[in-house]
Amino acid sequence: MARMKFLCDAERCIECNGCVTACKNEHEVPWGVNRRRVVTLDDGVPGEKSISVACMHCTDAPCAAVCPVDCFYTTDDGIVLHDKDLCIGCGYCFYACPFGAPQFPQQEAFGVRGKMDKCTFCAGGPEEDNSAAELEKYGANRLAEGKLPLCAEMCSTKALLAGDGDEVADIYRDRITKRGGRPETWGWDTAYKKSDV
Amino acid sequence: MRAQTITRKPRSRRRIALVTVALSLLLAMALPLTGYIAHDAGLAWAQSDDAEKEAVNSRSEYWRAVRQGTEGYSSVSGPEAGVLIQSGGEDWRNLRSGPLKFFGGSLLIAVLIAILVNHLVRGKDMIDSPTGRKINRWSGFDRALHWYVGITFIILSITGLSLLFGRALLIPLLGKEGFAAWAQLSKPVHDYLALPFIVGFALMLLIWIPRNFLRSHDFAWLKSVGGIVGKDHHPQAGYMNGGEKVFFWILFFGGIALMVSGFYLLFPNLGWERETMQLSHIVHSASGLFLIGISLGHIYLGSIGVEGVLEGMVRGEVDEGFAKQHHNLWYDEVKGVAPPQEGSAAPDVSGATPTT
Repeated sequence: MARMKFLCDAERCIECNGCVTACKNEHEVPWGVNRRRVVTLDDGVPGEKSISVACMHCTDAPCAAVCPVDCFYTTDDGIVLHDKDLCIGCGYCFYACPFGAPQFPQQEAFGVRGKMDKCTFCAGGPEEDNSAAELEKYGANRLAEGKLPLCAEMCSTKALLAGDGDEVADIYRDRITKRGGRPETWGWDTAYKKSDV
Repeated sequence: MRAQTITRKPRSRRRIALVTVALSLLLAMALPLTGYIAHDAGLAWAQSDDAEKEAVNSRSEYWRAVRQGTEGYSSVSGPEAGVLIQSGGEDWRNLRSGPLKFFGGSLLIAVLIAILVNHLVRGKDMIDSPTGRKINRWSGFDRALHWYVGITFIILSITGLSLLFGRALLIPLLGKEGFAAWAQLSKPVHDYLALPFIVGFALMLLIWIPRNFLRSHDFAWLKSVGGIVGKDHHPQAGYMNGGEKVFFWILFFGGIALMVSGFYLLFPNLGWERETMQLSHIVHSASGLFLIGISLGHIYLGSIGVEGVLEGMVRGEVDEGFAKQHHNLWYDEVKGVAPPQEGSAAPDVSGATPTT
């Protein structure tokens, strides 16, 4: 069984924001909601690095642990999804998430946030695969069509890798062997347990 | 000689001019190249710097900084969009799922057990010698304020507890869909009721301050836990007894923590960072649980625990026997035996309506 993971190669990411745009377009995400974002560290100085970040689909997902209505579930592929019919928009998942992944369509007084939205690894939600309801609530379900997440597919420098953790790790290891240097599997220590391969 | 030198001069001048031109051309070509010398020196410097950094593994330092929440730049706007990893959520999650739920839940259960044991062992605290004569105790305004705050507090408690314990206690009963429907109602009710509650609660706390300053006899009251411990079964008390005053001050300071932290949770639109929200949530839940715990005790003592208390808060008047027994100093004051004190708005004696 595959264990889906994201990996962003900081040596390759050029901060083009293509992944952000691809994601927004593919899933028709509402205004103000960005399931994925690119962060540049040491911007404009030597050693600058960029990282594309979204929900990492953690092994022991903090969002799922703190959700008062228990609306999260992990698929057989290790993808963390949630049920918007149950979500009450309390924002606890946002407090708990280390990556700032959960997004809310509104941010108003009296804690009015609307239902949480986040990266689905292009795997939709609990609705029937590729149904109109699924598209409306969670966006496209590319995995059901046998495709991988669009952000990684669109990445011009192939910095962002998405897929089975073993294969992603193999590709990355190959790169490291060729170009030298230390591996920087950014975010993996935070998101994935050592035992979870 | 003179002629010779004169004839040589133009030649040497020409030579000097040629050399000068050649030199300046050479320099013009060479000078820009000196940049390379500076650059090489700089490189050497940078390399030695790198070598130094290598010793402490600069890359691991880099990512460690990210792990600790270093902020970068992101073209995606929003608070903290530039933060790659915020670790506070881990602490918040552990606090909420661990100590908060354990100690909070234990406190509520402990209070309920204490109430049950007290009621079974000691029973209802009856008025020893009811007289049938009534004294005005709570004004209409006091009573309206009390019940307003009390009822909103109970609604806020139930909706708040649902969010904290509902997943463990209510989902097995109602199912996920059923509980989600309840939570979907609970959250906005909790949020929108908060402001009307704050208005009443803050007003109540402020206008009841003068009655609740602790006096020396209050410490004696507390020492004997209201007459449970020791020989004196009815320690002295004024308008409010020692226990009621302590309850008031816990409400006062706990209430401030509750209201301030609640304010932060209520207005995420003002751009608080996650750390603020996490801290506020812990303060809000902890103070809320504590106040709910002591309020359970208050509700018991004010209803089936002690005879005559509820009457005072419902009808506004209490039996003289109750006043003598539980608030002897206030009773003397009302009867004109002792001078007014405790900031009680010296109840009108003529208002005492003798019945029967």
